[in-house]
Amino acid sequence: MFTDLDPVFLARVQFTFTVAFHILFPAFTIGLASWLAVVEWRLLRTGDKIYEEVYRMWVKIFAVTFGLGVVSGIVLSFQFGTNWSVFSDKTGNVLGPLLGYEVLTAFFLEASFLGIMLFGWDRVSRKMHFAATVIVAFGTLLSAFWILSANSWMQTPQGYEIAENGIFFPTDWMKIIFNPSFPYRLVHMVTAAYLTTAFVVGGIGAYYLRRKLHVRHARVMLGMAMIMAIFVAPAQILFGDFHGLNSFEYQPAKVAAIEGLWETRQGAPMVLFAWPDQEAETNRYAIEIPNLSSLILTHDWNGEVRGLKEWPADERPPVAVVFWAFRIMVGLGVLMALTGLFAIVLFLRKKLFDTPWFQYWCMALTPAGFLAVVAGWFVTEVGRQPYVVTGLLRTAESASPVAANQIVPSLAAFILVYLFIFGAGTYYILRLIAKGPQIEDEVFGAHGVDKPPIFTDMASEKGGDHV
Amino acid sequence: MFNFESFLNLPLIWYGLIATAIILYVILDGFGLGTGILFPFAPTDQCRDRMMNSIAPVWDSNETWLVLGGGGLFAAFPLAYAILMPALYIPIIIMLLGMIFRGVSFEFRFKAHGRSRKLWDLTFHVGSLTAALMQGMIIGAYVQGFSVDGRSFAGGAFDWLNAYSVMTGVAVVCGYTLLGATWLVMKTDGATQEWARRCAAYVMWYVAAFMGVVSISMPMMNPDIRSLWFDYPNVLMLMPVPLLTACLFFVLWFDLRKKREYRPFFLSIGIFLLGYLGIGISLWPWLVPFAISVRDAAAAPTSQSLLLVGIAILLPVMLGYIGYCYYVFRGKTSHEPFY
Repeated sequence: MFTDLDPVFLARVQFTFTVAFHILFPAFTIGLASWLAVVEWRLLRTGDKIYEEVYRMWVKIFAVTFGLGVVSGIVLSFQFGTNWSVFSDKTGNVLGPLLGYEVLTAFFLEASFLGIMLFGWDRVSRKMHFAATVIVAFGTLLSAFWILSANSWMQTPQGYEIAENGIFFPTDWMKIIFNPSFPYRLVHMVTAAYLTTAFVVGGIGAYYLRRKLHVRHARVMLGMAMIMAIFVAPAQILFGDFHGLNSFEYQPAKVAAIEGLWETRQGAPMVLFAWPDQEAETNRYAIEIPNLSSLILTHDWNGEVRGLKEWPADERPPVAVVFWAFRIMVGLGVLMALTGLFAIVLFLRKKLFDTPWFQYWCMALTPAGFLAVVAGWFVTEVGRQPYVVTGLLRTAESASPVAANQIVPSLAAFILVYLFIFGAGTYYILRLIAKGPQIEDEVFGAHGVDKPPIFTDMASEKGGDHV
Repeated sequence: MFNFESFLNLPLIWYGLIATAIILYVILDGFGLGTGILFPFAPTDQCRDRMMNSIAPVWDSNETWLVLGGGGLFAAFPLAYAILMPALYIPIIIMLLGMIFRGVSFEFRFKAHGRSRKLWDLTFHVGSLTAALMQGMIIGAYVQGFSVDGRSFAGGAFDWLNAYSVMTGVAVVCGYTLLGATWLVMKTDGATQEWARRCAAYVMWYVAAFMGVVSISMPMMNPDIRSLWFDYPNVLMLMPVPLLTACLFFVLWFDLRKKREYRPFFLSIGIFLLGYLGIGISLWPWLVPFAISVRDAAAAPTSQSLLLVGIAILLPVMLGYIGYCYYVFRGKTSHEPFY
């Protein structure tokens, strides 16, 4: 059964599916943990109950997302071995310690203090609870540091030597960890995670405002999200550009696929839209802007950009996937930056919180970050093909000696189970959103409430003391 | 580049560290999985809420020990990782799927009501049971050895599946149930505790019987293991292992009758440690029995050195804050919802 299917192709599909599914959750929790830390810091500074209510609502959503991230992450830590055992054997000396450090420095930190963050509200002091939130946020960032270092090494390897049997041996750890593409990828990905969270939080805030629900909480959510959209979304376009220039230097074939350029030329055009045809080695239906690619990549109107035909056909990545994934990512990035621009204008006109079209706009962009992150990973991972370690180890030669009739059932099982738990997770998150922040009724005379609020406020406003 | 190879036996240290990570996983997630196995048999829903609450704050960090075991194996013994994972492809995938269901049940169950809550009760139980059974079957397959050619697994997809591995699978299910039951004796009171105590007293006999069968069958299957345990003078040096195990069982039986609350859990841990030690002694020096030794599978000395620095600094810190988190949630667990 299934013996005529290519096991390497199946292993690729299984890895793509499980890793793309997994990245959705860290992309959200990295940003959400940091944002919750900021919210709790505001709570401690101002003592305003509104921040506590916002925190308590979002920490439940955080818990569901984090749980899904943990279980889908455990799968990945085994899949390097189950499906890519040759890769594990050959690169283990280099990548193993990086992943080991991720577990030691980040995973335990996150998982342990998550318990206090979720369940410790009444068991530890306010400051200790805040510390737990900050530690979890720090843990998510450390985790990103190590895993992106490992991935970047696969993109731009250095600091190694290769033995006769093809095994990689480390020669310089600093060069391995801080390899050429790592700083760019780290900044780009962490920023992407922050923006993903900002647009989810902002979208939910906009939804509440539109429905006139939880208005005070919604203003906190939308307001804080728009601060990110105004300042961080444009910066992200800049970070992405730096990352692209780094790829142009170290992985020119990837950039050629991104740009959809087949011929090496000076004054290369920017291809806005096209259908790249891998067989015919050309673009169909291309719409181009002359010289723009050269200008962006070389900062010279007539600079040389190498085309895909520089490489033999079996060393080119699948062009259409990379080309289109890149355009989806950039398109979404532009929409996010536009959101920031709109937000500034509306803020200056004092209409940020009550402009209906802008509320619909923010609601529509709620999933934008997720789509952009997944598209971005398709660009960088598919763009590295046919290699798993750029120029050194081919993906096709990295697979486990596991037959197709084992992978087909496991792939089917992963798809079914993931869709089921993803559906359930989405359902519970939507229910938490529908329920909204829970307001604890402050009773006059209860702890911390020393005056009947309405009457005294009215009184002080009028300046009299007739109450 | 630093390298401790000249004055440290790196493969041996790493074997010890990974063995420690795995036994910590077995004990810590063991009581969690055991709680899941016992879940549907609890007398009331309130009882189940308590059981869930007792492990909810700690299950995450407990499962991280498994990631450390897997990740550590990849880092320190990549060859063993590259052979064992394809060899155990099917049971590992099934175990992971079980753990997915179990892991999501915590969060989903807290948020569900009525019928859907029953669904997450079920996934919690079936997920825990499946993961425990597969872990036991993996141990069963492991002690029987793997067929290896060069640097890769050369056997069939179902080499891991036979009567012996099924037996060890059931044995681990019973063992985890004992850990879970004694954990609940410690963390609960009243009716839940009474029920957990009865479960522990019952399943204890199965654990003892299975440990006896494994202890007798492993030397019978392999002449090297037989001579290791029964040749003079080894027999004198190793005899304390089974004798101490028997003592622990007796004290456990006594404590459960005397309604002690804390000691049964630690006695169960002791029984697990001794069983694990016995298997470790029997299989030394193999990392992939009986084909690749600890030394042959070792990663480059510089790789093992780099991560050893991290372990030496971070492990005490980790144990410290993990201990603190257990301390925060000390005492008897209530059935009231958290948050």
